[in-house]
Amino acid sequence: MNIEVRRPERAAKARIGIIDCDIHPKSSLDDLRPYLSNRWWNYLQTYGQRQRHGYVKGFPYPKSQPLACRRDAWPPGGGLPASDLDFMREQHLDSYGIEWGVMNPLSPSGQGEQNDELSAAMAFAANEYQLEGWNKRDPRLKASVIIPYENTEFACAEIRKRAGDRRFAHVLFLSRTSELLGKRRYWPIFESAVEAGLPVGIHVFGYSGRPMSNTGWPSFYIEEITEHSASLQASVASLIIEGVFERYPELKIVLIEAGFAWIPALGWRLDQNWKRMKDEVPHLRRAPSEYLREHFWVSTQPMEESEDPDHVIEVMDWIGWDKILFASDYPHWDFDDPFRALPPGLTEEQRNKIYAGNARALYRFA
Amino acid sequence: MAKHVVAAAADIPPGTRRLAEIDGRRIVVFNLGGKFYALNNRCPHRGGSLFHGKQTGLVESTEPGRYCYSRPGEVIRCPWHGWEFDIRTGQSWCDPARVRARRYAVSVEPGTRLVAGPYVAETVPVLIENEYVVVEA
Repeated sequence: MNIEVRRPERAAKARIGIIDCDIHPKSSLDDLRPYLSNRWWNYLQTYGQRQRHGYVKGFPYPKSQPLACRRDAWPPGGGLPASDLDFMREQHLDSYGIEWGVMNPLSPSGQGEQNDELSAAMAFAANEYQLEGWNKRDPRLKASVIIPYENTEFACAEIRKRAGDRRFAHVLFLSRTSELLGKRRYWPIFESAVEAGLPVGIHVFGYSGRPMSNTGWPSFYIEEITEHSASLQASVASLIIEGVFERYPELKIVLIEAGFAWIPALGWRLDQNWKRMKDEVPHLRRAPSEYLREHFWVSTQPMEESEDPDHVIEVMDWIGWDKILFASDYPHWDFDDPFRALPPGLTEEQRNKIYAGNARALYRFA
Repeated sequence: MAKHVVAAAADIPPGTRRLAEIDGRRIVVFNLGGKFYALNNRCPHRGGSLFHGKQTGLVESTEPGRYCYSRPGEVIRCPWHGWEFDIRTGQSWCDPARVRARRYAVSVEPGTRLVAGPYVAETVPVLIENEYVVVEA
């Protein structure tokens, strides 16, 4: 197939470096095999994985493009989108002049796997493969610490293994955990992340075993993809209201691929109710919106597209110009083109912060 | 606007499409049942390459539960965000009033006329006995 690749002069035109905070490298189970014990390899061959999602093979909601990927991202040499580093460089990293990229592998990674020990073994293997298969070959690509987040003990152990290793950018959760993220069972994970000096990234998706909405299963993919942000709102509120940030004042959370226009409304609603019900949650010493603005970063993609782009800028202003990180979501179909995604009314300083400055300050890449 | 020879007509059979480059612009030429149409390759929404999209039809509904699939192959769906465009007009299906893929006039000319000019055909060798797709761009 004839693949169109942007001409290199476009990268030269980009005046500033871009840090892409959401890239999805694809691996196969075979890629992970060298880092899995024979016990788990045989187990996977015999029994396979068991997600927190009953009796469904494949995606519960069929995607709008094959494997939810850009149709032009299938490597000409074969294989799945974003499985071929050379083609990823040609189509994405080099053509846009990406200075650093954060890898958020989605599968196979063992996250949400029902067998806790298998989940831990796969998370370890997926972390090793990010280093050996990707970062070693292109050090621009930083890894995520994939954790088996439904088992706190194993998740903390994986974070401790990676502490101090600057090849890792953050600890990675998927958003649809089995309980709301502020619940105490997850607190040791936040503690380990703070001790390791790593932010915690929460990427939408995963399977909690429950419907996407609070009121049953939606019928359409358009509902599923829209309701990720609604589903994440509940966990953001939970993190704030349970007092996680009072206990871990250094904790930094990055919300990835969740959209962000809903954030001010959540802050307003929480503040309004908090003024009336402070005595229900006396452990909160500040208004909920203050925790929201201080502890949360957001990634841009899928960039909000308003009829009036200035509305999006007002929302960004509420969230804070230091808190917005550029992300492309390469190679998925809802990819944001780094050169075209941001609203046109931003100042030079705001653009520079979103494209790279904020991510550089947060992740301290070197 | 100059007229550019982009391919021999026989090289773009019905149901297929071809990507042409004309003075740095990428233009995708479609053959719908023997008639040729040309659109700028860049999706007006966010810049995806329309050439790499899926050629599909029009799905309409008069009410929930009733669907009509028509005009098979006459719609190109962007490989990125799935925006759909009428190949004949470039009109966007989801925002027809404001968004349109740039369209170019296309004709089929016999080799005999092309040899006489004034056509630009740097990359396509022209034989007088064949027919050629000419894009005005």
